[in-house]
Amino acid sequence: MAWAKKLLRVNLTAGTISEEALNMDWANKYLGQRGLATKYFVEEVDPKVDPLSPDNKMIMATGPLTGTCASTAGRYSVITKGALTGAIACSNSGGFFGNEMKNAGYDMVIFEGASKTPVYLFIDNDNAQLIDASDMWGTSVWDTEDKIKSDHQDPMIRVASIGISGEKGVKYACVVNDYHRAAGRSGVGTVMGSKNLKAVAIRGTKGVTVKDPVRFFEAANAGKAVLAGNPVTGEGLPAFGTQVLMNVINETGALPSQNHRDVQFDGAHAISAEAMAEPRESDGKPNLVRNAACFGCTIACGRISTIDRTHYTVAERPEYQVASGGLEYEAAWALGAATGVDDLDALTFANFICNEQGYDPISFGATVGAAMELYEIGAITDKETGGIELKFGSAKALTDLAELTGKSEGFGAEIGLGSKLLCEKYGHGELSMSVKGQEFPAYDSRGIQGMGLTYATSNRGACHLRSYTVASEVLGIPEKTDPLVHEGKAGLVKAFQDATAVFDSAGICVFTSFAWSLEDVAPQIDAACEGDWSVETLLEVGERIWNLERNFNNAAGFTAADDKLPERLMKDAAKTGPAKGLTSQLDKMLPEYYQLRGWTADGVPTNETLGRLGL
Amino acid sequence: MKVRIKLYASLAEYLPMGAVKNEADLEVCDKATPTQIILRLGLPEKMCHMVLINGVYIAPDERGSTSLAVGDHLAIWPPVAGG
Repeated sequence: MAWAKKLLRVNLTAGTISEEALNMDWANKYLGQRGLATKYFVEEVDPKVDPLSPDNKMIMATGPLTGTCASTAGRYSVITKGALTGAIACSNSGGFFGNEMKNAGYDMVIFEGASKTPVYLFIDNDNAQLIDASDMWGTSVWDTEDKIKSDHQDPMIRVASIGISGEKGVKYACVVNDYHRAAGRSGVGTVMGSKNLKAVAIRGTKGVTVKDPVRFFEAANAGKAVLAGNPVTGEGLPAFGTQVLMNVINETGALPSQNHRDVQFDGAHAISAEAMAEPRESDGKPNLVRNAACFGCTIACGRISTIDRTHYTVAERPEYQVASGGLEYEAAWALGAATGVDDLDALTFANFICNEQGYDPISFGATVGAAMELYEIGAITDKETGGIELKFGSAKALTDLAELTGKSEGFGAEIGLGSKLLCEKYGHGELSMSVKGQEFPAYDSRGIQGMGLTYATSNRGACHLRSYTVASEVLGIPEKTDPLVHEGKAGLVKAFQDATAVFDSAGICVFTSFAWSLEDVAPQIDAACEGDWSVETLLEVGERIWNLERNFNNAAGFTAADDKLPERLMKDAAKTGPAKGLTSQLDKMLPEYYQLRGWTADGVPTNETLGRLGL
Repeated sequence: MKVRIKLYASLAEYLPMGAVKNEADLEVCDKATPTQIILRLGLPEKMCHMVLINGVYIAPDERGSTSLAVGDHLAIWPPVAGG
């Protein structure tokens, strides 16, 4: 119940597809999606594997609630060893694709090997087949999705695909589904491209059953009432989206700007939610057209935007004068504040290109920011950039590089390396603002101390979605803590990490956690799934998943020395705002964190911890 | 004395005339508190979730006793989140 109890195994080398029963012993210990797929992955893949080798595997996985009527229950994740990081990667996406997979009767699809020629997997309920995709290779996510729907004469097919960037090895390529929802981080799309797998297309109509339908409806409806009655999930997110944070974080003095040299950005307002709602001069219409919801979502934080038709990026290109996936906060920060660009239309255009060609706007924008600093200090010149004047604040440089990176052409191929390899190549590795090779998202760890520990210990490299302590430290959810102090943050980070692993494994969106605690989630899982799913059980599952991921990374070669932040954040104090004079206090938080986790001083889970968690 | 008022998201409609980029200068009495300014602007108190003076959070029970100084920035948001 809730689980389909079945998975598909696709061997791309042999071109074979087989069904397997889901390992329910593992499902009871790891729940689903992130946790369960990671368990399959670590059991089957050598931690030392080259991420782009056929020996690496890629799993698309749903959670037990995916496809049910619980709010936001349309999620799926892509689990693999990340091309950008070499660490365990798990990227979560919304849209409608996850629901379709579950309704076709599968909890997950495991891809192994690599096809000799481009293919896509088509699943029509019980019928699954690999189909030649040679005529789609070299085309965008948007064209691929259109073509598959057209070829099968079924607009209801849901598609997850890679763009040209994923084919050509851009290190932070995404898997994009439903045109502009993405499993965005760590280069999961790059791994997919290395397997010559262009897309996965699914039509599923079987329905999803739950253990106790009456109790489940009651629990799901109670959860929806909590979301609707909460001012954040019921009013703030649908009206303003995540972009409302731009001015919040800037005012708080934690908005990294110009490759983290500054913690505030003068142009923040121009690229904020408030600016997206302002009528523009040319046609009197705002950038924001409407909000949008993923499958089953009762929050609807998504943004649908248009670009000013007179803007240089689209004036001669009517194909981009349409409403499409607009800026979310993290993307707007990376494309804007990190590069010093305050041109909202240029950012929206770059975001469109990221969706169209399938690459992560966070890593892209942050890498452009790093390249701009390399250019400023003369480590790269017009010779390397192909004549692009790569100055901080240049909208033209940003949008030119967005198009070049999408096709991995010219200097875009170098931007596609990610900031770590790019900065090391030009002799300034210290300018890469990343952890374990993955670029930071939109919060400065000098102004929000807990986020420094979050980034340093994230199992998939720098990431806000592994423990979003911003909720507590800035937004006061569930209770306010001081962002400028390090005391108490080790426990806060651990609590967020374990709880988030549960949300990510259930099939629901982590944004529900702005209103829901595990007290709201447990009754829904318990009514849907066999077994006893109390809050205590779920917390243990979350901790187990965290340690499972950590063990994989340790076996892959990561050590405590990789739980670190760039020197800039540890030595260069914030210049302005409330954090003025502060550096990250990571060195004070990390030992306490290891202790709370039951790890050695070297960051290795002790035998006692592993035994307690059944690992 | 003059202070800078910043109202965001759904609170923007309470900005004084002439506000630009969600900001306006406001003449207030010496040692004015956030609570006094919230009342003066007619802001619904329960919607004033996040109140910052120069970027520093002011807890609800401190909003009536914390004084602003000349040139201070008072920024207020309703309940919002993102990520």
